[in-house]
Amino acid sequence: MIEVSHLTKAYGPRTAIQDLNFSVQEGEIVGFLGPNGAGKTTTMKILTGFMPASSGTAKVAGYDVFENPIEVKRNVGYLPETPPVHMEMTVRDFIEYAARLHDVTSAEVRKAAGTAMEKTGLTHVSGRLIGNLSKGYRQRVGLAQALVHNPKVLVLDEPTVGLDPAQIIEIRELIKGLAGEHTVILSTHILPEVQATCPRVIIISGGRIVAQDELSKLTAKYNAAGNLTIQVQSASSAAADAVKGVKGVQKVTSSGNRLYVDLDAAAGEIRPKVLQAALKAGAEVLEFSSSGAKLEEIFIRLTNPEAVK
Amino acid sequence: MNKTWIITWRDFKSNFTSPIGYIFITAFLGLLGYMFFFNLYHFSLQNLQYQQYNMGKGVSISDGIVKPLFGNMNVLMFIIMPFLTMRLFAEEKKNHSIELLLTAPVTTTQMVLGKFLSAVMVLALMLLLTLFYPIVLAIAGNPDPGPIVGGYMGTILMGASFIAIGVFCSAVTENQIVAASLSFGLILFFWLISWASQSAGPVVGDILNNLSLISHYNNFSRGLLDSSDAVFYLSFIGFWLFLAHRVLESYRWR
Repeated sequence: MIEVSHLTKAYGPRTAIQDLNFSVQEGEIVGFLGPNGAGKTTTMKILTGFMPASSGTAKVAGYDVFENPIEVKRNVGYLPETPPVHMEMTVRDFIEYAARLHDVTSAEVRKAAGTAMEKTGLTHVSGRLIGNLSKGYRQRVGLAQALVHNPKVLVLDEPTVGLDPAQIIEIRELIKGLAGEHTVILSTHILPEVQATCPRVIIISGGRIVAQDELSKLTAKYNAAGNLTIQVQSASSAAADAVKGVKGVQKVTSSGNRLYVDLDAAAGEIRPKVLQAALKAGAEVLEFSSSGAKLEEIFIRLTNPEAVK
Repeated sequence: MNKTWIITWRDFKSNFTSPIGYIFITAFLGLLGYMFFFNLYHFSLQNLQYQQYNMGKGVSISDGIVKPLFGNMNVLMFIIMPFLTMRLFAEEKKNHSIELLLTAPVTTTQMVLGKFLSAVMVLALMLLLTLFYPIVLAIAGNPDPGPIVGGYMGTILMGASFIAIGVFCSAVTENQIVAASLSFGLILFFWLISWASQSAGPVVGDILNNLSLISHYNNFSRGLLDSSDAVFYLSFIGFWLFLAHRVLESYRWR
């Protein structure tokens, strides 16, 4: 659905992105990760036909963004960093306006706007002025605007910025629900968001792609299986010994009623075995969590050249 | 629905969902009414004096009222038009809503034309409301229709020229104050450009004179409809809209 090859964009002497190559299949959700200034927004702006690349090609829904920008724009819904809303319009008027701009036929405008507002939870504020809404609601209006013409491809630039925790979960669920029917590229620097929504990630740093793969494969590849924390009802050395006995466990430290377990990533997925071992040893497990944020570790290693050394 | 019209209609409406449009039209009509009233007052006083001392027919309605009426309209437009046009692109850039237009299947030409026409619609609405004056004149007296028709045509062309300059100025910046000041300066320049023609040589003087917004208006105000004047205004408008188009295209490349 999206084909990017050798994409480069330079702003004067400064190169924002360099030789990007990636593709996204139909119905996939892909997380676009990178530190600030890595070129995420630039890439997204090129994909949406907002601006042309310096060299290289990008194809969206079968159309080249440079040669056929109008067709591309018809098939793409874009939520920029700042929601592109008109403060003096009501939510409904604005969504209908966005629908018309995106070639939704007059007969279907009302229905399309209604559906988009329903999906993003805006129905009860449809008559209010956007200028009077909170940031979270404006963000939703931006999302509704991107969805309203039912585009094949959705490009979302940090879609959950400014939302409260409940809304963040709602929007993530919404985005997950869009998979299959729509192809989604979503940029973010909130790592749990990627873990929650995107099966596949592209990590970009300094304008280059430093990694792209499925999340689980990346974790395995970069040896970042992380650590486990097991909280038990009452401390028992039997449980600690049992866990230590599992193949792939490097080290177990116990402190109070918690066990900290270091895993060897090369051993693959051994977390279920660790849990079984602990249970078999009679430990009453209260909490079992991966404390080493695997993605964070990979992210920092890949995007920060200092950390590699 | 045509994209140009979608943009025009939204922008036109947005003038009236905020106080701007009302303030704008009220200021225009209020000041014009004030000017019209005192113009009429002096006109009747003058004509009374002419009759009293048997000095002949006096000044006609066309020369004494209609011409000053349109002249005043033009001066008022010159002052307030930059405030109407400054928002067009500058505001959209400032609050990033321009990204909706730039990523929607809309061409730059449709954007520029849409914005231009939305301001022209406000102008047309303003002028429509001034029809009150010729109607009053027609009831009270017997004005020559030529200068009225010509006056309206000239005024709308002149106003649209101001708007075209304003569209360009709004496209070059995201600061509305800069946009307004710039269009104010440019309009004034093309208003007064004929001043230089008197001291320039015959060829240059002629060119400068022909570039003036005012000198092409004079025929209209006499009720003379000359196609060359209309062509001047239309190409003037086209020129500035073309520049605005170029500027917006370059906005994508930056």
